[in-house]
Amino acid sequence: MRIFPRDLETLWTLFTAPVVWAVHFLACYLTVAIHCAKGGGERQFAMLQFVLGGVTLAALATIAISAFLAWRQWGFGTTDPPHDDPTEEARKLFQGFATLLLSALSFVAVLFVATPLLAIDGCFS
Amino acid sequence: MSSVEDRDQTPISTDEEERQLRAVWANPSGWRYWTSVNNTQIGLWYAATAFLFMLFAGVLALLVRAQLAVPENDLLSADFFNQAFTLHGTVMMFLFAVPIFEAVAIFLLPPMLGARELPFPRLSAFGFWSFLLGGVFVCGSIFFDAAPNTGWFMYPPLATDKQYSGIGADIWLLGLSFIEVASIAAAVELIVGIMKCRAPGMRINMMPLFAWYLLIVAGMILFAFPPLIAGDILFEMERMFDWPFFDAGRGGDPLLWQHLFWIFGHPEVYIIFLPAIALMAMIVPTFAQRPIIGYSWIVLAAVGTGFLSFGLWVHHMFTTGLPQISLAFFSAASEAVAIPTGVQIFVFIATMLAGRVIPSVPMLFGGGGLVIFVVGGLTGVMVALVPIDWQAHDTYFIVAHLHYVLIGGMLFPVVAGIYYYYPLINARKLSDRMGKIAFWLMFSGFNIAFFPMHFAGLRGMPRRVFTYPADVGWDWFNMISTVGAFVFATGIAIVVVDVLRPKHRQPKGEANPWNAGTLEWISEPEENWGVRSIPIIKSRYPLWDQPGLRDDIAKGRFYLPGAVEGYRETLVTSVLDAEPIQCLRVGGTSYLTILSAMALGGVFVAITFHWWIITALCAAAFLAFVIGWLWTGTAIPPEKAEKDVGLGLSLPLYVSGPASVGWWAMFITLVGDGTAFGSLVFGYFFYWTIHDDFTAGLAGPGLKWPLVALGLFASAWIAMVAARSVNRGHRTRDMRVLVLCALMLTLLGGAAALAGPLLTQMDPTEHVYPAIVWVLVLWLVSHAAVGVVMQLYCLARSFFGRLTATHDIDLVNVVLYWHFLTITALTTLGVIGLFPAMR
Repeated sequence: MRIFPRDLETLWTLFTAPVVWAVHFLACYLTVAIHCAKGGGERQFAMLQFVLGGVTLAALATIAISAFLAWRQWGFGTTDPPHDDPTEEARKLFQGFATLLLSALSFVAVLFVATPLLAIDGCFS
Repeated sequence: MSSVEDRDQTPISTDEEERQLRAVWANPSGWRYWTSVNNTQIGLWYAATAFLFMLFAGVLALLVRAQLAVPENDLLSADFFNQAFTLHGTVMMFLFAVPIFEAVAIFLLPPMLGARELPFPRLSAFGFWSFLLGGVFVCGSIFFDAAPNTGWFMYPPLATDKQYSGIGADIWLLGLSFIEVASIAAAVELIVGIMKCRAPGMRINMMPLFAWYLLIVAGMILFAFPPLIAGDILFEMERMFDWPFFDAGRGGDPLLWQHLFWIFGHPEVYIIFLPAIALMAMIVPTFAQRPIIGYSWIVLAAVGTGFLSFGLWVHHMFTTGLPQISLAFFSAASEAVAIPTGVQIFVFIATMLAGRVIPSVPMLFGGGGLVIFVVGGLTGVMVALVPIDWQAHDTYFIVAHLHYVLIGGMLFPVVAGIYYYYPLINARKLSDRMGKIAFWLMFSGFNIAFFPMHFAGLRGMPRRVFTYPADVGWDWFNMISTVGAFVFATGIAIVVVDVLRPKHRQPKGEANPWNAGTLEWISEPEENWGVRSIPIIKSRYPLWDQPGLRDDIAKGRFYLPGAVEGYRETLVTSVLDAEPIQCLRVGGTSYLTILSAMALGGVFVAITFHWWIITALCAAAFLAFVIGWLWTGTAIPPEKAEKDVGLGLSLPLYVSGPASVGWWAMFITLVGDGTAFGSLVFGYFFYWTIHDDFTAGLAGPGLKWPLVALGLFASAWIAMVAARSVNRGHRTRDMRVLVLCALMLTLLGGAAALAGPLLTQMDPTEHVYPAIVWVLVLWLVSHAAVGVVMQLYCLARSFFGRLTATHDIDLVNVVLYWHFLTITALTTLGVIGLFPAMR
């Protein structure tokens, strides 16, 4: 039995990486918003930064896995786009390539969103 | 699948096939013409109506500019000025920018995808009529001095103040809620159409980019509009019944409205922008005469923007005092969205560089629009930074920014689209000369009008002031802006004249005047059938790469060349590889769509004026019309199981479950519905975060009744799932008994859910805690009531022999509704019952 399915026979895998971005974004925003609204202290905030750092690493790792699966589906880049032949093979290569690109964008976007955690040490309402 | 060449014998002649198709797809004549549901008509009506609303809102903008031309002007009163700018923004966003793309999509998608029709033509018609009625209601208010006057975002406490905002705020809330229904209907139609109705062979790597964009945009509508509907519900409950959701004195918070509004409002910008870019993605390859470079990159950009745009909403709230760390998250996401946006522009530039660009009016408008959009994008990157936004917020700098983005990113591409696609409507091109004059007037007028606003804003001129003193250094900027606005309007007037001028003396042009490669150019303006026969697609640009395709389609050498049984039919194909799986019979001409829209419109209008009896009558009429529509037009058992669709292929005529389009429509609608519900739950927890004790020491609904209700709803769900299963085993009587049991359990569940807050005498006007509990309970109970109607409908269908073991679309879709209803019950009752006890 494979841990990861060989072929991605669904449209939804395309959205994996951006969904991870969305979950990470909401996790960061909601955690901090609740902490600040409930008057959390500075020490707890440091803890929060640590936990959200972990969440960020987990999100990046998930996106990396999604990217690897996509890269594999794309044949590890052995063929070039545009993947516009009327075949199932070309469709799979397209899906792989598009998913890989989205994973890259999502990876960068997760890093963007995580940056404030490094730069800002408190709520500062 | 046989190839085209294999199909040489048709039992009937081509002429006979054409006669059949023409008869089946014909529009009714006389006044009945308006009962047409054909996508071509609906698309055109929709677009024309949206355009009229745009011109109306444009006139309001000119009034605003005339008032601001000189300091201390008294051309308009302060109150009329407030109504004018509020209605200008509202109409441009809700009645033009979003609907125009629903219109274009309804018009273009069927031929572009090689389909006869979208899967639910009557739904499109219903959406159009709802839009028209709602739009007239909202726009008409200004003639009675009753238009909304608190800004297009309706911030409380200003907009909840009945004394100040009058009935205008109710007209905004209810009129637009009605139009949002139309948008969600369009989203359902577009998603199912794009995923399931593409021509055979049009795999997802072959889909026209316009379809990719529209798929993403429709998905965004599904998640962006429902939070606003939820917000509208809370807002109206406060205005109508004094439930204090936004009243800080009784535990409410005006900021919740801002959150809900902008969770809708920011994605909305991209809901407007992406389809415009989609038009460019069709136009640029045509005039570069080569396939687009970076097809996958465009898909990346569309999907990426679609997601990231949901992480930007707080950048409209940078000055509300939220924690800086929160602002920083949204600032970061706002910067990140520039990446996919930039990708699209680079893809267009690369395609133009790689091809040889043919100068033309559509390219002029497209290119000019992109230049303007890039300027707006750059100021967007600026105001996404919190410190700059603190300075620029609520000044004319923002007015300049948003108009650069929306007019460059949306209006110019739309005009490009009008010049590009006009031959599909009338078989003639618009005038090149008038187009060029219009472009230069619009382009120069736009920059003259809006560029100085950057400076006026930086000099401190606030938005939404009806006049200003003479000695603060804003005079010249305003005068120049006003002159520019009128130059810009002249350009638009020339476009209008060009579109409307009679063209019958002009000879008809060729079928594909720009030599485009995509499939929509096979559409014949004189015919209503969409495509004469449904082709097999082997390229992204089939008209360039598949020689003889136009002829083969026109001669009926592909699928469904005729309409032997006299039904409107199209093909349903699989999502990824577009393999044919069903021959779908779609709804034809019907007056039920107009009547349903009028009845629903009646409900919203009557609520606005608190005419409760008329509200009830209209609601009853709406229910009756919708049931009539469903009964006569959906899930009809066909006369035979399969049909020969041509080329030696036989396809089923009746499919239920996830393979059917109806199941997908239900699923998608429920996702939207679930998002609205999620927004209400968000409201509940929002109040929890802002208060130390969000119950304010008041009694809650307790634990007992919510848990009893939960048990009853769960039992009803089990009974419904069992009913579906026994029905498939041909045990009709058992199925009926189970549905009846589920119906009783649902009624009891609804009563038990109400019992909690009723028996503990929770008063929703006392504090926000009882109010939010009541809203959640009422949401659940009203959904249960809809569920009961569905159960009665299934029982009736079964008794009339329309719901059987093999024809079970109705029951399968109702069970799908029940899955969602059960999740709603679990969440509502869990939250209101368990959460206060657990915290």
